[in-house]
Amino acid sequence: MSSVTLRAAPALRDPAWAGRVFWMLAALALLAPMLWATEFKPWILFEPAGLRSTLRFVGEFFPPKLDAEFLQLIAYETWRTIAIATCGMVLALVLAIPLTLAATAVLSVSALPGRMHAGPFLLRQAVRWLLILLRSVPELVWALVFVRVVGLGPAAGVLAIALTYSGMLGKVYAEILESGETHPTTALLRNGSGRLQAFFYGLLPANTLELTSYTVYRWECAIRSSAVLGFVGAGGLGQQLITSLRMFNGAEVSTILLVFIALVWLADWVSAKLREVLA
Amino acid sequence: MPASSSNTGLRIDLAGLAARHPAAPREAPPALRPLTLSIAAGEQVAVIGPSGAGKTTLLQAIACALKPSAGHLQLDGEDPWSLPVAKLQRLRGLLFLAPQTPPLPPRQRTITSLLAARLPRQSLWTSLRSLVYPVGIAEAGAALERFDLGEKLWTRVDRLSGGERQRVGLARALLSPARLWLVDEPLSALDPTRAAMAIDTLTGAARERGVTLVATLHQVDVAVARFPRIIGLRDGELAFDLPGPAVTREHLLRLYAQHEHELAGAPPPAPEAVTPVPRTVVCR
Repeated sequence: MSSVTLRAAPALRDPAWAGRVFWMLAALALLAPMLWATEFKPWILFEPAGLRSTLRFVGEFFPPKLDAEFLQLIAYETWRTIAIATCGMVLALVLAIPLTLAATAVLSVSALPGRMHAGPFLLRQAVRWLLILLRSVPELVWALVFVRVVGLGPAAGVLAIALTYSGMLGKVYAEILESGETHPTTALLRNGSGRLQAFFYGLLPANTLELTSYTVYRWECAIRSSAVLGFVGAGGLGQQLITSLRMFNGAEVSTILLVFIALVWLADWVSAKLREVLA
Repeated sequence: MPASSSNTGLRIDLAGLAARHPAAPREAPPALRPLTLSIAAGEQVAVIGPSGAGKTTLLQAIACALKPSAGHLQLDGEDPWSLPVAKLQRLRGLLFLAPQTPPLPPRQRTITSLLAARLPRQSLWTSLRSLVYPVGIAEAGAALERFDLGEKLWTRVDRLSGGERQRVGLARALLSPARLWLVDEPLSALDPTRAAMAIDTLTGAARERGVTLVATLHQVDVAVARFPRIIGLRDGELAFDLPGPAVTREHLLRLYAQHEHELAGAPPPAPEAVTPVPRTVVCR
């Protein structure tokens, strides 16, 4: 057959090689000025003067402060930290879930035969911009704003976490929902289900694991974030931490850090257990 | 809507209807060239033809899943694409499109997957309640039993074999409020015995309810034996439109020219997720 005789010998060079080299060099060329901009000079870490004072501070970490009175205070503040993170997450979810549903293109009925209509498209775009707005203001700034409105204390931390995290949750939830298996969902929509019905019967069961593990991870982040928020007077362990840091009390700092490690481990464990149950 | 009030199947009218896949390049020929035909309410039609003939595209166009690139579609005398989105979505509740790969979330239980077929006629509240405790267990069980899968009602979908999944996908039709069933390759993952049973159940149930049934089939012998009307498609064009008994060996040979292996009963492997089941269909 002529098609067989005319066929060229297979090329033995990887045709993608030149492109790969180019992009690697381009990435390096982009990274170099960044190192310069961030004044990246790691050798400063090992200059004797700085090293000595750092080691002295770190040396005080051992042993951690473990007297009953301090532990009682820390236990109470830990409880407040968990409460701040949890309440912040719940509020963030209340905001993020409706925004996610509005932003997810898979749930668009008008997009079923191909292109989404202009109205729904603009609405989805607007929701995405709202999500960007919510998460681009750092929670620290929200906290400083709310400390002025509701006064010093955990309430400001809760509100700050709620706003920033709703932006992050909404964005990532929408991305998880759109990158997962969407065949069952479109099939339901094509057969005349409503958007919410298609979400609960198609999209949600297909993505439960990913959504759960991301939510628990964000809860863990909220716990860490509440530490930073404590620095500006939003209560919890963070407020205790900044007090101890200001007094260079290494023993207290190490106790508080140990509590943070325990909390992060707890979040990890909860996530693993939940995935086990849902798998 | 006239269709929702009547209790019979939908009537389908295609007038010069052509369709292309939304992702297809502009210069590519349309998957379906202008096609004019009518399917009466309650009729049962099998669409056959070699792979790439436009069978699935035809089903999707009728299911309002694909907007026609030319011509018109009428369901019970109404052009769905002239309707506003909300009304079109309500009309879609009268259609049941069963894709070749059963659209079942793997971590869902069979019962929930089945009951999902009832969503178009269910309030959001009832459908949420049904997730807490299933509403309509008896009906779902009965539908599954007709496909000989009664014992799998509470099993998770990912514990089912490919053939079982396909039958669950078909059992969904029996639960849907649709007046028109559009079934794409319903037998691709079934062995011959199961295939015969499944197609009998499907056609029988459609007849009982007066539902219009359009199925694409690779099993030409099954199509000719069980469907009163056969539509042959080739390269997106109508090759023939005949009553089942009138389809001769010559018709089939011409339809499947250069694709004879498909006529011999070896359909191309089904797309992802359907576990291949060894099948040895011999066409006459």
